[in-house]
Amino acid sequence: MLVKLSINGEKHEADVEPRLLLVHMIREVLRLTGTHIGCDTTHCGACTILMDGRPVKSCTMFAVQAQGKALMTVEGLEQNDKLHPLQEGFMAEHGLQCGYCTPGMLMTSYAFLKKYPSPTEDDIRRAISGNLCRCTGYVNIVKSVQYAAAKLRG
Amino acid sequence: MALRTSPEVGGMGHSIKRKEDPRFIRGRGTYVDDVQLPGMLYLDIVRSPHAHAKIIKIDTAKAMAVPGVLAVITGQDLAKYNLHWMPTLMSDTQMVLPVEKVMYQAQEVAAVLATSRYAAADGAAVVEVDYEPLPVVVDPKKALEPGAPVLRTDKKDKKDNHIWHWEWGDRAATERAIAEADVTVKQDIYIPRIHVASIETCGCIAHFDKVMDKLTVWMTTQAPHAIRTVFALVAGHVGLAEHKIRIISPDIGGGFGGKVPVYPGYVIAVAASVLTGKPVKWIEDRMENLQADSFARDYHITAELAAKKDGTLTALRIKTLADHGYADAAANPSKFPAGLFHVCTGSYDLKAAHVEVDGVYTNKPPGGIAYRCSFRVTEAVHTIERMTDLMAHQLNIDPAEFRLKNFINPEQFPYKSALGWEYDSGNYAGALHKAMDTIGYADLRREQAEKRKRGELMGIGISSFTEIVGAGPSKHFDILGIKMFDSCEIRIHPTGKAIARFGTKSQGQGHETTYAQILAEELGIPAKDIQVEEGDTDTAPYGLGTYASRSTPVAGAAAAIAARKVRDKARKIAAYLLEAAEDDLVWEPGKFSVKGAPGKSKTIQDIAFAAYTNHPQGMEAGLEAVSYYDPPNLTYPFGSYICVVDVDKGTGEVKVRRFVAIDDCGNIINPMIVQGQVHGGLTMGLAPALFEEISYDEIGNIQGGSFIDYLLPTAVETPKWETGHTVTPSPHHPLGAKGVGESATVGAPAAIANAVVDALWHLGVRHIDIPITPAKVWKLLREKGVTE
Repeated sequence: MLVKLSINGEKHEADVEPRLLLVHMIREVLRLTGTHIGCDTTHCGACTILMDGRPVKSCTMFAVQAQGKALMTVEGLEQNDKLHPLQEGFMAEHGLQCGYCTPGMLMTSYAFLKKYPSPTEDDIRRAISGNLCRCTGYVNIVKSVQYAAAKLRG
Repeated sequence: MALRTSPEVGGMGHSIKRKEDPRFIRGRGTYVDDVQLPGMLYLDIVRSPHAHAKIIKIDTAKAMAVPGVLAVITGQDLAKYNLHWMPTLMSDTQMVLPVEKVMYQAQEVAAVLATSRYAAADGAAVVEVDYEPLPVVVDPKKALEPGAPVLRTDKKDKKDNHIWHWEWGDRAATERAIAEADVTVKQDIYIPRIHVASIETCGCIAHFDKVMDKLTVWMTTQAPHAIRTVFALVAGHVGLAEHKIRIISPDIGGGFGGKVPVYPGYVIAVAASVLTGKPVKWIEDRMENLQADSFARDYHITAELAAKKDGTLTALRIKTLADHGYADAAANPSKFPAGLFHVCTGSYDLKAAHVEVDGVYTNKPPGGIAYRCSFRVTEAVHTIERMTDLMAHQLNIDPAEFRLKNFINPEQFPYKSALGWEYDSGNYAGALHKAMDTIGYADLRREQAEKRKRGELMGIGISSFTEIVGAGPSKHFDILGIKMFDSCEIRIHPTGKAIARFGTKSQGQGHETTYAQILAEELGIPAKDIQVEEGDTDTAPYGLGTYASRSTPVAGAAAAIAARKVRDKARKIAAYLLEAAEDDLVWEPGKFSVKGAPGKSKTIQDIAFAAYTNHPQGMEAGLEAVSYYDPPNLTYPFGSYICVVDVDKGTGEVKVRRFVAIDDCGNIINPMIVQGQVHGGLTMGLAPALFEEISYDEIGNIQGGSFIDYLLPTAVETPKWETGHTVTPSPHHPLGAKGVGESATVGAPAAIANAVVDALWHLGVRHIDIPITPAKVWKLLREKGVTE
């Protein structure tokens, strides 16, 4: 089946099996390997990407469900060699260790801050509760998101 | 420790930002599944639905008819090459693929090789296996009863399910002390089977190049060099020599001990690649990861603690059944089948102790690895910290006061424990006092008393743990005979920049940053100018890898020693350049100066350049060194944690309201990274304390085999950790450091369990096994008539 979509502003089309998972299309067909797979059951969030601005877990969606959609992955955060404030925040606040959950965390937080620019700590914790991290204990991820929120508010 | 270098140089004590992060925040890391090679084939594994069954027949016809499927590999196929069994790291054996019978649910039965991931999965779904179910043994106590079915029928003389008996300490003295004690407490404690569940699962790409006769394996391993040797030993007879094997451990998405063992999937992928000459990828999914990879813990403990009337602890006795599943596939040093469990006297000055452990086979996956802790130390700490609390409550002495009374005092170090360990340094009262001050202990006890009057359930729990890490002195520690040293090799380039390679492998700990900081401290070369590499056996010096908090204690020490060797040569070159005697030179990080003439100096960069352009006659060119460091002793990080919980009387839910963690890991390399390690460790302590368990029903069906029912804490359940530290340097480590990656995982569960029992003690509750789930608490509350 022919799927046409855009990813990080670039148009792509690919002839794929109808059952191909979106995450496999992103990783193996389009070769954007920043989006990870951690559980296959929508629990860990390592595969989180944005579809028309909304965070979705790409391990439990078919590629064909992305027909005509605008996708954004971690590779789309940096613009003109300038890091997104979330990326800066994760570095500044030590919000990552092994880095495996990081792309999903970044994408969830990106959509969240668009909608809620001035979140409380509890808001942030609830927002990222669909993204599991085994390394950081979340404290510094919360701080990283707060760093970005402050910077984005200007 | 005072800072000796500027922030620009970034030596020890600076919270410099991580060198790993620029690639990870851009999604540019390279994890195993990111590697895609031309012509790559995929492997998928058929797994057993039964926990114990005879294999009658494997019919591969339907699978072979699936487009894209190239082969179905069975135990019979591997048996032709004698590769159907392999040794475990504990010198037991486990199956790669079975020929006669399966021993646990989800065991590998056959493997399908295909041209795509999907075709391999399609093939695996239609491999037809006829089984004849056999009686299942789940409970290790029943496994030892006379008449229990013998599981390891492959072992000719095996007449029962007992693997080994191990004991340590003075049995007679301990019995005497317990008999003479004024007070004893005895408790059964079960520390359940759990799984590290790193967010990246395990996998590999095996690529055998027939022309070059060389096998390259990209794999999720914490110990690439040891794995290379194991591969050479296991497959030497089919022609895989060690110099023709290259293991590459790329970025690793969390390890925590789960990526130390060799899993059957790796071996099958290697065999498939050797046979086909094509790259073969095997990546397990989450259910395979939880259901078949090595588990941690599963210790059935009975402990007795003895004391005098005044609260002085005297003796500890422990008996334990260790459920290893169908094979002992733990990753302990070979002399210690129960790991370092005999550090179980903890932080207390006990005069007598005796510990016995019996390993048992059951119909469960093999293992017994760590869960972010040095070999069985969490089991030890949980036991002594629960027992200490039990005794304090029994004697009606405040648990903090009780601990302070029984701690090993600072002036007793180096301290020889009743079980033979030599603790290097400690100030246990210092850490506990700091934790009590930080959390406001006295006020909390007052609040608790008031709440108790109102019928509210609040508890305060303490854990004052002592860890034992950094294996190890090679006279005691080896894995399959390979001594547990570790290594660093440094090369200084002519322009004063450097590359350093190590025998360890980071899985998120930040080695690229912290090792560079150690070298910056020792050489004065800015950390940003030092490239750190690990994980490629063709380039890095041999080492035993990263687990058991051994990177800083062992490879970190190797870095310091190698740097000092470089400095020794640099001194000779500086003396030559400055036309001074070597003894007249003074070193400060980054330069040698002539004593009394501070203006007369040479920087390390000047010296590096001279090492290649203007070195003294008779000296070899270049500036490099290698160190294989064999530590004289283990290191003993410690800390005191205090936890406050509120228990919901209606639901039984435990809420961690506050958690203060004071850690002491000796001198600190990067405070930011140390704090991050403690945050993560605490969360992996919270997890088994309240949420995680892998259990089995009576016929061996796994409960908790996916993230649907194996509950990792999210940001919502995880409290806002409050951390701090004291600094008691290790006297024998060249940097005074001790290691910190696992302290919090080891120390936290007991603090939480103690807090919950403290909240319920007045109701008559004496102990609750972890995980302390709402269901368990609710049931207790109902039994005690607190809730309906």
